[in-house]
Amino acid sequence: MPGTILVFAEQREGKLKKSVLEALGLARELAAGAQVVALVVGDGIGSIAGDVAKHGADRVLACDDPSLALASADYLAPVIAAMQSEKPDLVIFPASALGRDLAPSLAARGGYPLVTECLGLVRVGDGFEATKSMYGGKVIATWRTAATPTVATVRPGVHPAVPAGDAGVVEAMTMIAASTGRVRVKRVIQAPGEMVDLQEADVVVAGGRGLQEMKNFGLIEDLARAVGGAVGASRAAVDAGWIEHHHQVGQTGATVRPKLYIAAGISGAIQHLAGMRSSGCIVAINKDAEAPIFKTAQYGIVGDLFEVLPLLTAEIRRVRA
Amino acid sequence: MFCFCRRVWRAGRAYVEEGLLKIVVLVKLVPSSEARIRIAADGRSIDPADVELLASAYDEYAVEAALQLKEKFGGEVVAISAGPDKAAEMLRKSCLALGVDRAVLVRDPALDRTDTLGTARALAAACRRETPDLILCGKLAIDQENAAVGPQVAALLDLPHVSVVSNLEPSSESAFVVHREIEGGMEEIEVSLPAVLTANKGMNEPRYASLKGIMTAKKKPLDTVDLAALGLDAQAVAPKAILVSLKTPPVRADQGIIIQGESAAAKVAELVRLLFEEAKAL
Ligand SMILES: Cc1cc2nc3c(=O)[nH]c(=O)nc-3n(C[C@H](O)[C@H](O)[C@H](O)COP(=O)(O)OP(=O)(O)OC[C@H]3O[C@@H](n4cnc5c(N)ncnc54)[C@H](O)[C@@H]3O)c2cc1C
Ligand SMILES: Nc1ncnc2c1ncn2[C@@H]1O[C@H](COP(=O)(O)O)[C@@H](O)[C@H]1O
Repeated sequence: MPGTILVFAEQREGKLKKSVLEALGLARELAAGAQVVALVVGDGIGSIAGDVAKHGADRVLACDDPSLALASADYLAPVIAAMQSEKPDLVIFPASALGRDLAPSLAARGGYPLVTECLGLVRVGDGFEATKSMYGGKVIATWRTAATPTVATVRPGVHPAVPAGDAGVVEAMTMIAASTGRVRVKRVIQAPGEMVDLQEADVVVAGGRGLQEMKNFGLIEDLARAVGGAVGASRAAVDAGWIEHHHQVGQTGATVRPKLYIAAGISGAIQHLAGMRSSGCIVAINKDAEAPIFKTAQYGIVGDLFEVLPLLTAEIRRVRA
Repeated sequence: MFCFCRRVWRAGRAYVEEGLLKIVVLVKLVPSSEARIRIAADGRSIDPADVELLASAYDEYAVEAALQLKEKFGGEVVAISAGPDKAAEMLRKSCLALGVDRAVLVRDPALDRTDTLGTARALAAACRRETPDLILCGKLAIDQENAAVGPQVAALLDLPHVSVVSNLEPSSESAFVVHREIEGGMEEIEVSLPAVLTANKGMNEPRYASLKGIMTAKKKPLDTVDLAALGLDAQAVAPKAILVSLKTPPVRADQGIIIQGESAAAKVAELVRLLFEEAKAL
């Protein structure tokens, strides 16, 4: 009989991550009759816990405490408490900044197997089998765990979410451990949510050195706005100071997996491809027909981005109107 | 200017000792990001032929940060790597030659196929012998891309950690203020020492080795230790997650369509049609 699956239902500033609904979808699929339990941690999270309960969780543990207003290492204490009360055989975290922090810490403290950045996750024997991209997307690896509980981080955008349905039960969880105070979040410099989250966006429009100067990033932003997407960049554009590093896609930037990735004025260096090659559909706009990006793209336009981008923005606006 | 007090955590009893900042940097030997990766005949490892091995990209930022702190505040920088014999070469070239004082190579056959936790256990044991104020590592090793070893070393040593740090400044004798990248923004975090920080790009500009650096690196101490020397055995690093197979990602049939058309406008119209109707990406 498969055991309980615990999902860390991450919220930031009162907003549930889209990837949490996907993680719940995956958990539901793997549960095979067993319970899916979600854990929500934060301050004033009652309505979020209710939402989670409607999206595939049989039970939701809500750890609601003013001291937990900002996401931090202190979120590990409720996770450990939930591990003890629920005894799950799998714990799923979204592969977000927070999930990437909590999952390895939990695995090390408990001596549990860890699989990271999973693209797929299935039950095999007493454990799980996970696939993930390695070496900058040049190989797909399969990892197997035998012992449970297995701790996993799951990449956004790989599993369908559960549509809203019957609501599970929400249970309040009392805050168990006081903070050690050794890590103190002072402030969030740019509130997440003010920008479209690169890693969760359905469409990413990225610009590179071909843009020539900072002000031309406006062409990328216009298109991103027209498609409701996020803005990405190559390292060359970031190094030139045209845009902040958290927009960088690639080996030393973010790894993204949107439904649509549009690369304009980007040559397609292997380190850039590492961050975007598993996108659903890749479009390249480049004036050099020999640019390597065209080999990875589904659709390419050989042309001047200063001409093509405004036309593309206008055409999408026209079709959508 | 701060004078760092070394907090030594030994046998659970912390005491403060006058001294300077002692930093450990964890550096992993990995294939160059440019390398062509071929899967070996066993189906679960990389064919080592013609693969250039280097210090992982983010670890270079960690090394640079350690050297800059040492230059500012004085102290000692020790680089530690768990890896094959070839990692010794990397420790000389990418650490000692740049100004790192000493290096330790943890070399043991039991580590060859371990997982992040096994690696972290070996590295944590090696760190414990050094009693550093600060442990710096990369946010992620560019081979297996786990981004796990830093937080795991911290957990095993019961130290606080902050990952994906792009800026760090001491805020008192025993704390740092750092910037950490999160989705779409930055957090400012204060962390007490001793602590583990994982380096993101943008932290600094890694330096190159000077000729003099390369010469002096040859004479700097580089110890090789096995698990037994660290008080561990093969059981302690037995992997709980096992790499069972590697595959090359599938090539997509619809790759490489160059859209033809009389004018840029015609090409764009066709692209938008394809995106809506064929790819259903919009
Ligand atoms: C360890 C390491 C890590 C790295 N990490 C990353 C990373 O995370 N992300 C990343 O992106 N790179 C990374 N790089 C850098 C990478 O190797 C490339 O240098 C970089 O991606 C190039 O950026 P680019 O494509 O914008 O610039 P270029 O390679 O200079 O390409 C510019 C392109 O724009 C085209 N162009 C110019 N003008 C026009 C126009 N008017 N219209 C249309 N097209 C035009 C050109 O034909 C050209 O193809 C890394 C490198 C190393 C060594
Ligand atoms: N074998 C190793 N030797 C030294 N440092 C390592 C090793 N493995 C991982 N690290 C450190 O931990 C970071 C994250 O690695 P990973 O969790 O494997 O992505 C790396 O950037 C290194 O700083």
